[in-house]
Amino acid sequence: MAGSIEHRIALSAESDHASLPILGRAHEWVVTVDHKRLGLMYIGGGLVFFLIAGLQAATMRLQLAIPNAGIIAPQVFNRLLTVHGTAMVFLVGMPILTGFLNYLVPLMIGARDLAFPRLNAFGFWLWLFGSLLLYFSYIGGDGLYGAGSAPDVGWFAYAPLTERAFSRGNSTDYWILSILLTSVGSTATAINLLTSIFCMRCEGMTLRKMPVLVWLAAVVSFLMCVVLPPLSAAQAMLLLDRFLGAHFFDTQAGGSAILWQHFFWIFGHPEVYVLVLPAFAFANEIIPVFSRKVIFGYSVMVAASCALAFISLGVWAHHMFSVGMAPAGNAFFAASTMLVSIPTGIKIFNWIGTMWGGKIRFRIPMMFSVGFLAQFLIAGLTGIMLAVAPFDWQLTDTYFVVAHFHYVLIGAIVFMIFAAIYYWFPKATGKMLGERLGKWHFWLFLIGFHMTFDTLHFAGLRGMPRRIYTYQPGRGLDTINLIASIGVIFQAAGILMFLINVIRSLRSGKPAGDDPWDAWTLEWSTSSPPPEYNFAELPVVRSRRPLWDLKHPEDPDWKYE
Amino acid sequence: MSAGAAISGASAYSAGPVETTTLPSRGRVGILVLILTESVFFSIFVAAYVFYIGKNLSGPLPKDVLAPPIVNTICLLSSSITIVLAMRALQAGSIRAFGIWWLATLALGIEFMIGTAMEWRRLIYIDHLTIRTNLFGTTYYTLVGLHALHVTIGLILILLVMIFTMMGYMNRRHAERTDVLSWYWHFVDAVWVVVFITVYVVGR
Repeated sequence: MAGSIEHRIALSAESDHASLPILGRAHEWVVTVDHKRLGLMYIGGGLVFFLIAGLQAATMRLQLAIPNAGIIAPQVFNRLLTVHGTAMVFLVGMPILTGFLNYLVPLMIGARDLAFPRLNAFGFWLWLFGSLLLYFSYIGGDGLYGAGSAPDVGWFAYAPLTERAFSRGNSTDYWILSILLTSVGSTATAINLLTSIFCMRCEGMTLRKMPVLVWLAAVVSFLMCVVLPPLSAAQAMLLLDRFLGAHFFDTQAGGSAILWQHFFWIFGHPEVYVLVLPAFAFANEIIPVFSRKVIFGYSVMVAASCALAFISLGVWAHHMFSVGMAPAGNAFFAASTMLVSIPTGIKIFNWIGTMWGGKIRFRIPMMFSVGFLAQFLIAGLTGIMLAVAPFDWQLTDTYFVVAHFHYVLIGAIVFMIFAAIYYWFPKATGKMLGERLGKWHFWLFLIGFHMTFDTLHFAGLRGMPRRIYTYQPGRGLDTINLIASIGVIFQAAGILMFLINVIRSLRSGKPAGDDPWDAWTLEWSTSSPPPEYNFAELPVVRSRRPLWDLKHPEDPDWKYE
Repeated sequence: MSAGAAISGASAYSAGPVETTTLPSRGRVGILVLILTESVFFSIFVAAYVFYIGKNLSGPLPKDVLAPPIVNTICLLSSSITIVLAMRALQAGSIRAFGIWWLATLALGIEFMIGTAMEWRRLIYIDHLTIRTNLFGTTYYTLVGLHALHVTIGLILILLVMIFTMMGYMNRRHAERTDVLSWYWHFVDAVWVVVFITVYVVGR
């Protein structure tokens, strides 16, 4: 074993990156099976799609800024909202978050790679080409019928709208194939992560000594393994309906439109937790480091995450209160949905408990984390409101729901993604991101976010429906929509600051050193960026904070754990 | 900084106790997680089948055309026994016995596929039931077909191992990988029990 590692070290020393021509370097990235490179490619690819899908959202907000704007046609609006929604979930959220887990989990468990490196590369390329299919539909989607280009069926694509008779052309087929491929890729990644966490931990790292992020990675991977297959199965059924004339969702042959909704939301609701649990995982690492305290309630935090994953599997039909389920069904799903607030409440109190009495350092990652805490709380509160079935009957398919889930997806998840980028960028590149531009980014994005999505709650309460391409003047919606659209300008300016920051730091950023934040987990014990083999000598750990033990031999953690 | 050297066991602070645990093998955990994923995938198709029982708007109906494939079922389930015997032989180091039991598994699996093919042939050409005939056709061909697809994948892998065995590449060191394959085969058999009960018992 030792011989082969020395061999790899020698090899990687030979292939000095700077001296290679650009084609050679690109080739290295294409053929790589290294979890760090694949992780970075996931994050980079996800960020590119984030910009594209963000521009699509901005176009929709431009159309909605004033009543009867007439900037884009209704069909174009439908395509924009479908592709924006699908892309943000499958092309942005999942890849960026699994990209981070890909990058971090082996480093944090003291391993040299994931359990199945080639499966990892397979999953990435499957994801990338699946993602390209969604946008390729803009070019190739009309097929032979001259009908429609990009999919226009909404991100949850209710049947029978998606059947051949109502969705002509190939745009819906591209939508199906894109989601099928990206979710098979994500399932492969989840299998890989779960296996790695069980089989690749370094010496001394028992399950109870894993960093909380790794625990949450395990929970998320488990959740992905059980919620992505229902989606893939439903997509396969829809594909059979469209190409072989099967009748799964064909209402004219006795098929059921409600069955699609069940299958979709059995995936669709836990998917929210697939996206938000990694965000929680980042908070679990960042908040303690910037509060200079051990995380409050390690075991409770882990237990709450497991409970959250478990409960999330039994709440899907709260997306379907308005289809007319039996009262018992409504009552069950309302009650189970409210149960979610217990583990999430525990988590929020534990994060506050971690900060309480700590020596808080408001660096950029911590600022985004605090923003996340407050916004996630509000998102949870509107979630409890929507869990009440009669309230949901009133407000389903209005902008209240749009505002609620964007509070989760942007206010919680995107904020924690930015926190994680600022926190781990120094590790991945060896350069610090600029603090000044980071502050501009944070404040502009925060102000823009609240301008857009706080106001949209009120648009919903005043009865503005989702998915409309325009509205009439003089119904109390004009000002609200204008403010919401102006908020987008602030958000875009914030993102611009972020991009400038990344480019400037990559060119001439301050060198980061191995451990710029004085942190405690294993990824900070190796160089920045880590070598291909991660650790020259595999680490041995004695507590949850191995680097604390190293820095404070007089007061190590293992004495108390 | 020499990467990671400071945190390794050789460093000066190595005073504390190190809890050691034996970690499970990657192959076994990997296949278990894959089986978990596949089980959920199958259960959605089973759910669709059960949901559409008795909702056909036109014939043919299951009770008119389906007969429980008893011989087929016996063959597939016994292949689980032969693969266990093959694995025992391999772990004992008897490659010859392994080859015989492995071949038996392959033969039983192929018999199952032939049986399924003949059933489909009869349904398509005599009873005129295809995937587009009615809801029964849709759910029957997808559920049974999905299982048959998994049997086919298993048979291709089993055939590969058979070829390696006949070429003399097989030895006791490959026992773990082969065992992982046998777990997949057991899973395919277990799924058949569910499919059989759903399609030929409950659905008829």
